Amino acid sequence: MSNKKTTKNQSLLEIKDLKIEGFSDEFWHPIIKGINVKLQRGEVMGLIGESGAGKSTLGLAAMGYTQPGCRITGGSISFDGQELIGMPEHKKRKLWGTRITYVAQSAAASFNPAHRLINQATAAKIRAKISDEKSAKEDARELFKTLQLPEHNTIGDRYPHQVSGGQLQRVMTAMAMSPRPDLIIFDEPTTALDVTTQVEVLAAMKDIVKEFNTAAIYITHDLAVVAQMADFIKVLRYGEEVEQANTRIMLDTPEKEYTKSLWSVRSINKKEEKSDDIVLSLKNIDASYGGGIKVLDDVSINVSRGKTLAVVGESGSGKSTAARVITGLLPQQNGQILFNNIELPKTLRGRSKDQKRQIQMIYQMADTAMNPKQTVGEIIGRPLEFYLNLNANEKEKRTIELLELIELDETFIDRLPSELSGGQKQRICIARAIAADPEVIICDEVTSALDQIVQEGILKLLMKLQKELGITYIFITHDISTVKAISDEVVVMFQGKVVEQGLKSQIFSPPHPKYTELLLSSVPEMDPDWLSNLISSRN
Amino acid sequence: MHPVIKTVLGRLAMGVLTLFAVSLIIFSSMELLPGDFGQAILGQAALPETVAAFRRELGLDQPAIVRYWQWVTAVLQGDLGTSFSGRNASGVDRSREVVDLVLPRLRNTLFLASIAALIAVPLSLLLGVTTALYRNTFYDRSVNMATLTTISFPEFFVAYLLILFFASLYPIFPSLANVDSDTLFGERLYRAALPALTLTLVIVAHMMRMTRAAIINLLASPYIQMARLSGASSAEVILKHALPNAWAPIATVIAFNLAYLVVGVVVVEVVFVYPGIGQLMVDAVAMRDIPVVQGCALIFAVTYILLNLLADIIGIITNPRLLHPR
Amino acid sequence: MSNKPNTYSAVAEVAYKRVRRSRLQRVKLGLSKAPPTAWFGMIVIFLYIFCALFAPLLAPYGEAEIFPEPFAPWSSEFIFGTDQIGRDILSRMIYGARNTVSIAVATTALAFLIGGSLGLAAAINMSWLDQFLSRLVDVLMAIPSLIFALVLLSIFGSTVTNLILIIAVLDSTRVFRLTRAVSLNVVVMDYVEAARLRGEGLGWIMRREILPNILPPLIAEFGLRFCFVFLTIAALSFLGVGIQPPTADWGSMVRENASLIMFAQYDLKAGLTPLLPAAAIALLTVAVNFVVDWFLHKTSGLRDEQ
Repeated sequence: MSNKKTTKNQSLLEIKDLKIEGFSDEFWHPIIKGINVKLQRGEVMGLIGESGAGKSTLGLAAMGYTQPGCRITGGSISFDGQELIGMPEHKKRKLWGTRITYVAQSAAASFNPAHRLINQATAAKIRAKISDEKSAKEDARELFKTLQLPEHNTIGDRYPHQVSGGQLQRVMTAMAMSPRPDLIIFDEPTTALDVTTQVEVLAAMKDIVKEFNTAAIYITHDLAVVAQMADFIKVLRYGEEVEQANTRIMLDTPEKEYTKSLWSVRSINKKEEKSDDIVLSLKNIDASYGGGIKVLDDVSINVSRGKTLAVVGESGSGKSTAARVITGLLPQQNGQILFNNIELPKTLRGRSKDQKRQIQMIYQMADTAMNPKQTVGEIIGRPLEFYLNLNANEKEKRTIELLELIELDETFIDRLPSELSGGQKQRICIARAIAADPEVIICDEVTSALDQIVQEGILKLLMKLQKELGITYIFITHDISTVKAISDEVVVMFQGKVVEQGLKSQIFSPPHPKYTELLLSSVPEMDPDWLSNLISSRN
Repeated sequence: MHPVIKTVLGRLAMGVLTLFAVSLIIFSSMELLPGDFGQAILGQAALPETVAAFRRELGLDQPAIVRYWQWVTAVLQGDLGTSFSGRNASGVDRSREVVDLVLPRLRNTLFLASIAALIAVPLSLLLGVTTALYRNTFYDRSVNMATLTTISFPEFFVAYLLILFFASLYPIFPSLANVDSDTLFGERLYRAALPALTLTLVIVAHMMRMTRAAIINLLASPYIQMARLSGASSAEVILKHALPNAWAPIATVIAFNLAYLVVGVVVVEVVFVYPGIGQLMVDAVAMRDIPVVQGCALIFAVTYILLNLLADIIGIITNPRLLHPR
Repeated sequence: MSNKPNTYSAVAEVAYKRVRRSRLQRVKLGLSKAPPTAWFGMIVIFLYIFCALFAPLLAPYGEAEIFPEPFAPWSSEFIFGTDQIGRDILSRMIYGARNTVSIAVATTALAFLIGGSLGLAAAINMSWLDQFLSRLVDVLMAIPSLIFALVLLSIFGSTVTNLILIIAVLDSTRVFRLTRAVSLNVVVMDYVEAARLRGEGLGWIMRREILPNILPPLIAEFGLRFCFVFLTIAALSFLGVGIQPPTADWGSMVRENASLIMFAQYDLKAGLTPLLPAAAIALLTVAVNFVVDWFLHKTSGLRDEQ
């Protein structure tokens, strides 16, 4: 096993005033601007921050590794008394995979497709001669069992593409744990997973870290997730530390405003309103791609005028397919769609210009939803000209009004999308949808790619626009806190079927159908004991 | 059925279809000839009866589909038809079988191409892998610069540069690579040295650049970073993690460049007056001797298709996703 | 940093992704960072264009003007000597820039017109048209293009028009594949779907949504294809089945004067004569390749440093 001869008062990992730069746009830019970390044996540090905060770079730096295109420009990284900066590569390799291990975000891409899982999971241990092949594999099978992988004795003989994403993430945790390292870096290990899968993986990781008393750095953007894992949390922003505190203290009494903003979406709670005025209704819709298995199976949904309907479900539930059927991109096989009690033609081509105008769409990735070669003025102006036949002057006047409506000003009119921030991009997409003066807007995961504080701004904007313009939203999302924040009514979908439809208050209060119960209980809460309580209640 | 076998069979079927389409195209080159070509071949003085007899010999009085069938069955039995040349206006026919013209020259061409391939493939793989590993070093930059320059050179420029230095200024090798069936192996090698060297230089440049790109692409995969972060040494990363996934891209690169060799050989044979199939084809084109052109084109096309097919199949049988289905 | 959240406003949200620079500034910045190879390439290309445009003014003699002395040595009268029937080599080199380069440019442009528009149409249509064109291209590409060109030239004969048409059609297959591939990457973008949902016509989507976004790779490909076409035509002319005499052309000039090379041991200059047009071809291709290499590196944002 690894040597644990260090003196008691020496930290396992000590990073002092670390500075890292990255190369982009022909220049070196600072990514990490002087950060200190102190981690004792057996401690778990949560590293939280939004995109661009530098948390992954810091996590990798704790191994003495920098990604291509990055360089360390100052400070020191000391692991168990050894300085990692400037340490020769072959010495660092002796630490990697044995004393410091790494769990990557996408297990599916991080396993080599050409080798069996168990060989990959034990390679580092055998290379370092910690144990022979036979006992290493036996130990790995034990770990698979501890991590509650199905068929733990044989699953290791499979290849990566033969195993599901959640299982792969657990195999990768087993691989990281197999040499019994002093430190594990978890780099957003559950971000790509559905919530119901995330719970299982989180529980497995939490148990095993505790069991072997391993120190860990847990990197994520989700405070509720890190609260389950970490002893203390460090908040990063723009490569600098915002604050650091014990987990419970941070959740109860955060010092900095910024820290509070990390759960700002949870602070919104729209008062639900009931309405019987149905604007759009899906009746017994069946749909599939290329005539294969049904992606939508007898789906019926009613959308009330001027209200927000949230369609919630995990990947593969058919919620995005429902949106494609409503817009006419994917003609349904059976059933009908009524818009203001008139049946909509199945195909996009069959629908009139006005029918197209009435239903607009906002996408998840604002980056890909706007043509990078068109200016904001062209993007917003096109529907004005196309649907409403405005001339150049009217168009510009209306565009500026719309920009003000979305809380931006007229200076934005000649900007390109690449010159906007993520939140601004999504606002432009909203303006483009509003410009058509539609009755219904479909919002497909519009906030999932954004930071919390930006999400809050977007959600509030959408609610303001609804109040002013009386627009109906169909809000497709996998995020329960977003549903709680803005919906009036909720539809829960699972494997192409509607599990439940009703007012928000009905859906969120028991009794629940089995799947809704599982889904709701799997959403992490801002409570360090939530996971332990949940697991004990489920067993 | 195992998915690998299924995919391979599918690819083979595609290959057969492609061969069929290619044979159609090559066959139809005879159809596209202008109406008076008989006169053109036999000369202005040819009697109408001679022209008519010639047309009948070609079977132009029969429907195209019948002639295609006859042509294909003949080709499959190794009969590529009769050359246009050697005929004259008086009706005297001294023309030769295309096969007799092609076969000895095909042997020469294969000899030349194999020598070039034997040197070029290992050399360019070595250069490609090492430059990918030592990216942006002085070594990488100079090799890159040299190969970028080489691929920009026309083959005949490289060939004449070599002649200038190694045949004219310092007469080490002969500038004319005339070999015949009696030439001994050692002598043959000596005479073919400059053409082989020309081909090697051109192919190495292409192949090395493509290998480098393929390896760099592979090394950017997340699983390679993961392997590094688990403490694998550079050698282990390359041999154990990159190589098993590299067969498909490498096979494609090699096949592509061997196919390129097929083309390069034409020019090089003309420069060195090497009696190969490429030179035969160029002469036939100049004389519009269609049966010979057809025969040569068919041989080039079939080689090309088979090489690409082979690369595809190597890619399939080394793909772990197909080897180990769910 | 911590003073921001209180006064959150969308306008103030930092777009840190890119500093806003004007087009001119970007071009200047790009050029100032251009490596010496790219500079070399740009200067060479400029010189060739200059020669091609002003060939009659620059050349000392006419394109097909014949003097009594064939294979004349290098002298003040004939700087690079004369060829096998007594034409001035230098003058033919200068006219060759006009003939060889413009034929190659015309061929490449035609190839892009055919391949580009069909590729774009196939990517958007994705139905029988795509199937048909893709299979057709597969078959055409199953024969090496030089061999295919030889077959077609033997049927139709070697005229400049035939040469341009044949090479353009054969080369358009590669343009088709590239255009189709890059367009497919753009077609799946949400903004194209948004335009379709809006009800935009096919023409608008092609012109306004897709074309501007596939231009950079296509421009780079134009350079590469030009090199390929240029070398193919040179090879065909060298083989005697391309551009025909008396048109001054570099490929055929190499062929016509090739025999001089064996005189290099007696008169080095005479031996160099056939290499001059070959070097002219090589130099232009090198130059274009250098510029394209830099352009690709720049636009793809590829940094493969490790």
